[in-house]
Amino acid sequence: MKLSRRKVLALGAGFGAAALTGLSTSGIAFADEAATQAAIDAFAAGAEVGEGRISLTAPEIAENGNTVPISVDVESEMTEADHVAAVMILASGNPNPGVITFNFTPMNGVAAATTRIRLAKTQDVIAVAKMSDGSVFMDKKLVKVTIGGCGG
Amino acid sequence: MATKPRVKVPKKAAAGDVITIKTLISHAMESGQRKGKDGNLIPRKIINKFTAEFNGATVFSADIEPGVAANPFIEFNVKVMESGTFDFKWLDDDGSEYTSSKEIAVE
Amino acid sequence: MIKVGGIFAAVGIAAMLASLVSPALADPDNNQLIIEGELIVTDVAAPDSSPLDHIYSGWRFRSPETQSLQMDDFENPGFVAVDAAAETWETADGSEGKSCASCHEDVSSLAGLRAELPKWDEATNKPATMENLINRCRTDRMGAEAWGWEQKEMVNMTALISLQSRGMPVNIQTDGPMAEWMEKGKDLYYTRVGQLNMSCSNCHEDNYGNQIRSDHLSQGQINGFPVYRLKWAGLGSIHRRFKGCMENIRATPFKRGSDEFIALEAYVASRGAGLAVETPSVRN
Repeated sequence: MKLSRRKVLALGAGFGAAALTGLSTSGIAFADEAATQAAIDAFAAGAEVGEGRISLTAPEIAENGNTVPISVDVESEMTEADHVAAVMILASGNPNPGVITFNFTPMNGVAAATTRIRLAKTQDVIAVAKMSDGSVFMDKKLVKVTIGGCGG
Repeated sequence: MATKPRVKVPKKAAAGDVITIKTLISHAMESGQRKGKDGNLIPRKIINKFTAEFNGATVFSADIEPGVAANPFIEFNVKVMESGTFDFKWLDDDGSEYTSSKEIAVE
Repeated sequence: MIKVGGIFAAVGIAAMLASLVSPALADPDNNQLIIEGELIVTDVAAPDSSPLDHIYSGWRFRSPETQSLQMDDFENPGFVAVDAAAETWETADGSEGKSCASCHEDVSSLAGLRAELPKWDEATNKPATMENLINRCRTDRMGAEAWGWEQKEMVNMTALISLQSRGMPVNIQTDGPMAEWMEKGKDLYYTRVGQLNMSCSNCHEDNYGNQIRSDHLSQGQINGFPVYRLKWAGLGSIHRRFKGCMENIRATPFKRGSDEFIALEAYVASRGAGLAVETPSVRN
């Protein structure tokens, strides 16, 4: 079917307004790249941030940013001499990038953890692992956050 | 309002097994970013720390910020070598402490 | 394909739906809902009275991540409410010093109840919802104060009692004294209201399976209520959801517990006859 220009315009106006009222984020400053980078730098404590070893699992599209399941998994023997000390999760597009830091011990056997996080909008979720020797590894995933047309 | 936490720990395991522990606590995790009906910011009130101990030694902990969803869910693993007791602790911004304990028999 | 009926084409709504509703994610998926080893039926042939051929639980329209939250009773955050209600069940309240357990003993004695609600109630000469029945117990038998429709204790208790019927097919009376209420509910279901001039059927009958902006429209079935919605970060009642829908189409919502919503609940329940009770379900 063909839409007239008038219909399209009326539509845009109607649902634009509807969409706006669904958002509760207006007026909130979002974390910028600098804040995210600063958090990574503080966590890394001078170590070079490498790739690999850590893998972050997150949905490609989150149906609701209120509850987004994420998991991290780091390759490690988890011995006294060589284990993952901590994994920090950051949400680069949230008002504050910090989300959660998991502190591991060799008693964990494997360095893996799962939680549910909040994402204010579509953004990169970042996971940074710090090993017992001070080396640091990072992974990130883009999560698209949809804001429902009819969330009710 | 936080209520009794829910914790899932296997009742028994073989020595050397890596078990999965799941925890969930009922909590609004008020972020401090939301405005109330009066237009003022609702003060932050979240669970800011979770700790798991086994036979008195800390095996896992998490530092939590407002970016964690309401009713915080945390899943992690522990390699068990002996029978004993897990003690879990959640700390609220208001100073409250919620706890739960589970025993495991290791053969 | 975008479905545009003859009636639709005549009004502005057709343009609205045609452009908003994209067929990108058409149709429910084929995933199976298995909870604690038990297969929960999420689609069945539609009941005779239904205009649809086949009916689907809302679970089938959700993302794999949301679906998985309902597949494990520990991971399902709705169970926090069930746990809380289990304590309330045993706790005496009111002037008679009774708890729910004083009369009903184990809550499993109420298995099957949720699947039949709302059902005809001689005492009030109208259909009763679970909220109505709980409050009657509280005021008449316990001498306690009635709970508010959306009060936490009430929603939690409806979740605990409904859970006892999980897996049982919705089987609601539609004839006899219920027939009039079914007609009333049906009228409400098909009546366009609000500034957007839409009826329940515009989304949930004509366009289920399609996208409305970023939402994957379901058939609006209520077999999983009270539902844990990620948006609410908590459980909510059927009438809360109806109210939310009405607000979305810029209509003045009816009140929770009103005759209008009770009639609509009864009619919508009848459209889902045969689907399994899923409470507490998890949706976006």
